Amino acid sequence: MKSKILSMIMAMGLTLTVGSVSAAGELHIYNWGNYTNPEMIEKFEKMHGVKVTIDGYDSNETMLAKVEQGGSGYDIVVPGDYMIAIMIKKGLLERVEPNKMSNFKNIDKKWVDVYWDEGRNYSIPYQWGTTNFTVDSTVYKGDVNTLALLFDPPAELKGRINMLKDMNDVINAGLRYLNYPRCNSDKAQLKELNTMLIKAKANWRTMDYSVIEKLTSRDVDLSQSWNGAAKRARKDRPELVYSYPKEGFTGWMDNVAVLKGAPNLENAKLFMNFMMTPEAAALTSNFANYANGIMGSEPMMNADLTSAPEIVMPASAPAPEFVPPCSQEVTDLYAKIWTNLNK
Amino acid sequence: MGSGMTDQPTTHIQLSSSVVAEAKRLRNTRYALLAPGILTIFCIGIMPLSIVLVYSFLEPGDFGGISWVLSFDAYVQLLFEEDIFDETLSFTTDYIQIFLRSVSLALFTTIACLLVGFPTAYFIATQPPARRNAWLFLITIPFWTNLLIRTYAMLLILRDQGVINLSLIEIGLIDSPIPMLYTDFAVCLGLVYAYLPFMVLPIFASLEKLDFRLVEASYDLYATRFKVLRRIIVPLAKPGIAAGCILVMIPSLGAFITPALLGGGKSLMLGNLIELQFGQARNWPFGSAIALVLMVLVMLSLISYLRFGAKKGTPAHG
Repeated sequence: MKSKILSMIMAMGLTLTVGSVSAAGELHIYNWGNYTNPEMIEKFEKMHGVKVTIDGYDSNETMLAKVEQGGSGYDIVVPGDYMIAIMIKKGLLERVEPNKMSNFKNIDKKWVDVYWDEGRNYSIPYQWGTTNFTVDSTVYKGDVNTLALLFDPPAELKGRINMLKDMNDVINAGLRYLNYPRCNSDKAQLKELNTMLIKAKANWRTMDYSVIEKLTSRDVDLSQSWNGAAKRARKDRPELVYSYPKEGFTGWMDNVAVLKGAPNLENAKLFMNFMMTPEAAALTSNFANYANGIMGSEPMMNADLTSAPEIVMPASAPAPEFVPPCSQEVTDLYAKIWTNLNK
Repeated sequence: MGSGMTDQPTTHIQLSSSVVAEAKRLRNTRYALLAPGILTIFCIGIMPLSIVLVYSFLEPGDFGGISWVLSFDAYVQLLFEEDIFDETLSFTTDYIQIFLRSVSLALFTTIACLLVGFPTAYFIATQPPARRNAWLFLITIPFWTNLLIRTYAMLLILRDQGVINLSLIEIGLIDSPIPMLYTDFAVCLGLVYAYLPFMVLPIFASLEKLDFRLVEASYDLYATRFKVLRRIIVPLAKPGIAAGCILVMIPSLGAFITPALLGGGKSLMLGNLIELQFGQARNWPFGSAIALVLMVLVMLSLISYLRFGAKKGTPAHG
């Protein structure tokens, strides 16, 4: 509630200041709601004498719609991986070349050549996570690191499974289980996927986003889940184990980027460079509860984060796969399979 | 005389022009008074619907939105699909099945509400006037709470570790919980609970006006209890029953919070299907088409229902 009031006041302040374009010492950030550490912002404000305002959104698509209208007055946005790809394609982001900034050396090498921004000319990592599943280790005692638990579950998990009500997460997991490629338009393979999903669905109890509630109420013993939600569910149900399936899994990353025509371009660049410092990254992780992509931030992160198997991936786990947005043709096919599965 | 000659027409003209002005003023006032209403209907009724209508005849744009190309695909897609295997266009029942599920769920809810609501309304209507208000007050109490919260409460009652299962286990009637949540039963129960007042209140309004001397008279004429109900009470309560059925049926058709929470989200309802097209499926024209078809169907059934009700009602008056 407090943050809501705060963001309202900030939004009001924003509309008042939008008129005076590039007033010295200002920066307007448009980030996911409840995702920016006020301590981190304070630090940046003190460091550079810049007055920061923050506004929140609840989905990549909401942010895109607002930015596309133009005249939003924002400098910084924090889109997800695939949304960065879309926004670069649509020419909505400023090519600020963070790869030439002084703190770029802090970025973990594995986050530099990413499909959504090869070589990092537009954006830098903010937070990242994975989408897997978490399972009660007292109910199922075997190896959790396989997608078979979702699609061909053992007797003790039958009828005790929650899947995310998310077309892409369910279909991508299914494609991995069958060892077929993502963004798939091969109709024979999709037909096989369709049959497999319908058969598996008989063993699922629910398909819902409210993962934590489903697990802690003991309505289910296994749930597809984002890593942050899995960590929070484990607080109430310590026997939950987060799986890193050997068949692979989806990763996501939110990225700091600068909007084309940003009124405070220089301040935005300063902010980007600041966000690549281990201190700023650690502050963000401690607030948002996800991993960042900045080396050297771990010693400053909260212990419950750095010790959480949901946040820190074990070395044995395969690398997370970042799935690009599929073509409309593939999306149409997926929507048909999804409708067929849910009819 | 000369002046009189000129005077006469002048007054006439003055008079008529003042009448005209008065009429004009009245008409202007009328329009001015109507303007907010017309503007509201246009802005929040007609305009958004026209956008939906136009969008349904376009092609989906890249990454959501639309592209301005005329296309009937959205409507073809509802009934036919390219077979995933051999690319021939074949009849698809997926969407019809989702329509039918929504309709049958709504029908079942309406019938259940009627079966529970009618006796309740009758009971309240036959109470002494002073006590009626107290009963009505009790009926409206759940309305003070948001539907989402009431549905969550139902969730807490029905779930495996919920009130019913835990107390049944406690008294030793069962060993392991009966799975009640995430079934069609739970969805129907939730919908009936949510919409029951919509059935009780209009029926009560009809029954309240009912002249119970008619009931006494029919008993005097040796009518059985069932006959009194069938021939006297139900026909006179018909407007209330019709209104109640419409008020329950239409929101149940579009309901998606209750099916999503209590049904476990394993089956799409019409609302979810439309949402899917605007979200992950990125097919706005198709979503618009489904929304319009649903609206037309509801409108048609409503019109036929009202016609049917009116025809039945007329001879009853005669």
